[in-house]
Amino acid sequence: MSKPQDSTPSHTRKLFLGALLVAVVALGLFGPLLGLKTEQNMDNQLVLLFRPWHAIIAILACVAAYLVIQAIKIAAAHREATAKPVAAQPSALGKYLAPGGLSFVFIYPLLVILLVGTSGIPKWVDNFGILILIYVMLGWGLNIVVGLAGLLDLGYVAFYAIGSYSYALLSLHFGWSFWLCLPVAGILAAFWGILLGFPVLRLRGDYLAIVTLAFGEIIYLVAKNWKDFTGGGAGISAPRITFFGIKFDGTPDGFAAWLSWVLSGITTTFGFDPVTIPPAPWYRTMFLYYVIVVLALMTAWVTLRLRRLPVGRAWEALREDEIACRSLGINTTNTKLTAFACGAFFGGLAGAFFGARQGFVDPEGFKFIESAIILAIVVLGGMGSLIGVALAAVAMQGGTEILRELDFLKHIFGDDFKPELYRMLIFGSAMVIIMLWKPRGFVSVRQPTAFLHEKKAIGVDNVKEGHG
Amino acid sequence: MTGAVNPGSVLTVEHLTVRFGGLTAVNDLSFDVRHGQITGLIGPNGAGKTTVFNCITGFYKPTTGLLTMTHQNGKSFYLDRMADFQVTAKARVARTFQNIRLFSGMTVLENLLVAQHNMLMQASGMSVAGVLGLPAYRHAEDGAKERAAEWLKRVNLYDRADDAAGELPYGAQRRLEIARAMCTDPVLLCLDEPAAGLNPRESAELNELLLSIRESDKTSILLIEHDMSVVMKICDHIVVLEYGQKISDGTPEQVKSDPRVIAAYLGVDDSEIESKPEIAELVSEAGAEIPQHKEGGRS
Repeated sequence: MSKPQDSTPSHTRKLFLGALLVAVVALGLFGPLLGLKTEQNMDNQLVLLFRPWHAIIAILACVAAYLVIQAIKIAAAHREATAKPVAAQPSALGKYLAPGGLSFVFIYPLLVILLVGTSGIPKWVDNFGILILIYVMLGWGLNIVVGLAGLLDLGYVAFYAIGSYSYALLSLHFGWSFWLCLPVAGILAAFWGILLGFPVLRLRGDYLAIVTLAFGEIIYLVAKNWKDFTGGGAGISAPRITFFGIKFDGTPDGFAAWLSWVLSGITTTFGFDPVTIPPAPWYRTMFLYYVIVVLALMTAWVTLRLRRLPVGRAWEALREDEIACRSLGINTTNTKLTAFACGAFFGGLAGAFFGARQGFVDPEGFKFIESAIILAIVVLGGMGSLIGVALAAVAMQGGTEILRELDFLKHIFGDDFKPELYRMLIFGSAMVIIMLWKPRGFVSVRQPTAFLHEKKAIGVDNVKEGHG
Repeated sequence: MTGAVNPGSVLTVEHLTVRFGGLTAVNDLSFDVRHGQITGLIGPNGAGKTTVFNCITGFYKPTTGLLTMTHQNGKSFYLDRMADFQVTAKARVARTFQNIRLFSGMTVLENLLVAQHNMLMQASGMSVAGVLGLPAYRHAEDGAKERAAEWLKRVNLYDRADDAAGELPYGAQRRLEIARAMCTDPVLLCLDEPAAGLNPRESAELNELLLSIRESDKTSILLIEHDMSVVMKICDHIVVLEYGQKISDGTPEQVKSDPRVIAAYLGVDDSEIESKPEIAELVSEAGAEIPQHKEGGRS
């Protein structure tokens, strides 16, 4: 793409001055921060070490980032100026993203076994796959409240906690199995969602956000301090997931033995030798993986269905204009409560699953930062878009995990460089850059729920974000 | 008043008073909206017209007074005791807003489907049947779409059904808002300045639309309007407010020649009004420009 008008002298000069300014600010920041280091010598004295290269690299990185952002902006302005205005249409990428991503999710564990072997399962399936999918599900659940109904909820992790504790406590006291506890945990979370919904019905925007934030903290503090009930900071153990009653262990009643028996039954019928499957811990991981895939897909399916129903349309209408909703005879109280309840229900399911995966529930997993991450996933993904939220969950959770693998940086910065210390810094900058590039999230079009002639995506300029 | 046989009131406002702190926005107002008629509510800015509207549609609670809605089947509702959404859902009063309130990020069609929420909600079995995809709900939704399409044809927006409502030009948004209100199947339609910002051609189209709503839908209309070309042409009955009080009530001819109305709008004497036929234009402009009241926000 040629852009002669962009390389005029005034543009170059502006870029140069901007880069200079960035360099000066970066020097002021990184000069003392990275360029100087204090160390104790043998006589217990503090000595000042100069590390000019650290600072210079940081400054150059800032300048480069500035230039890249400017280049993107100029290119975008150029494209806007030259390209004829077209309605936002789903690109070919968007068309194949959902089925492609879905197939990938299903074959992902098999790919892991093929590429790294079963030893890679705890890391790549458990830490990556399952964790990301939990956040995908939480993102989709919160998307109902924030993305569709436009109600800003900063305490979503509370429902996740309620789901987890419901599972742990119900199985502890009543011996209920995971599959019985799962729906009950969801329903209990939904019930608490309605309970939270009542006092906040009249609140909007910032005020709603503060109350939901407080609710999240209350649940966390109750879990931490009500020792008789929740076990306090020490937590309580939750039973591991079972394959419909069959445990994943090496005992004669375990999953491996059962699978051997089933497979042997098949092989001997056809005249082959019976097979023996050796017990291995990764069967459970694989099962957990597919359980969370199914749970997350159920969330997506229900959300897609609800969006096309009057209740879903009422949620979106509520986000667009609450007063107009009431003037059309829509009971906004019920509409808000159903949004809270639906969102909380899926949060509760994810929580029960989390308890079964960990085998242990303690309050530390339900701090405010979790709510913030889930909300960031929804906002980053593009509010209301399922694919966007899934992509954002992969970027957020996968990104932070991938950044643990930064050992190659040691070749650049020397062996005493600790890349894990810079993980959150890199991550934060990445988020800032993404929000500059896509202010309304990855997917910034809204798909209509009904059409007469043809389905046209709606540009984000018209879609409101909701006021709480 | 109209001289015709009294067709019965659809809305009766009795001794309506609204106070905001020390300010009396509406003072002891009584009037009737008759079935099958277009009733105009006019008055200078800040006269309390929108306040009356907000009371009728349940957005404000009156300080004192009684608002009774009577359906043709004899059922009656006390609007001042109902929540705002019930006024539309049960008493079947629909309204539009002075500053257009469409769902701008939803398509034109979706706007009209949201308006049929209560009917569809029932058909979807409070969403359960809908989530399961039962045919009963699909039929109901097809019906709702058909009704929406019918209204889109009537307001001349059929071709734009799948565009975002926020993309429509101003006049089209006004028409869509009326179509949306009509999709709630109202007995009384309340329009807050439907002609504001319309050009003369659009204004004439609006007149046609409102007359057709009165004739073929048997919906009574109550409208606030400053545009006298709309008010005088289509209203069967006009109520004039000033400083929250009714100063005149009658047919357009009666109201037009009422000295109190003329004084309220222009502060000139009768002879001047009668000698100049273009005075109607002046009246509308004066209504829009002379700040007469300290009540700032009109909504």
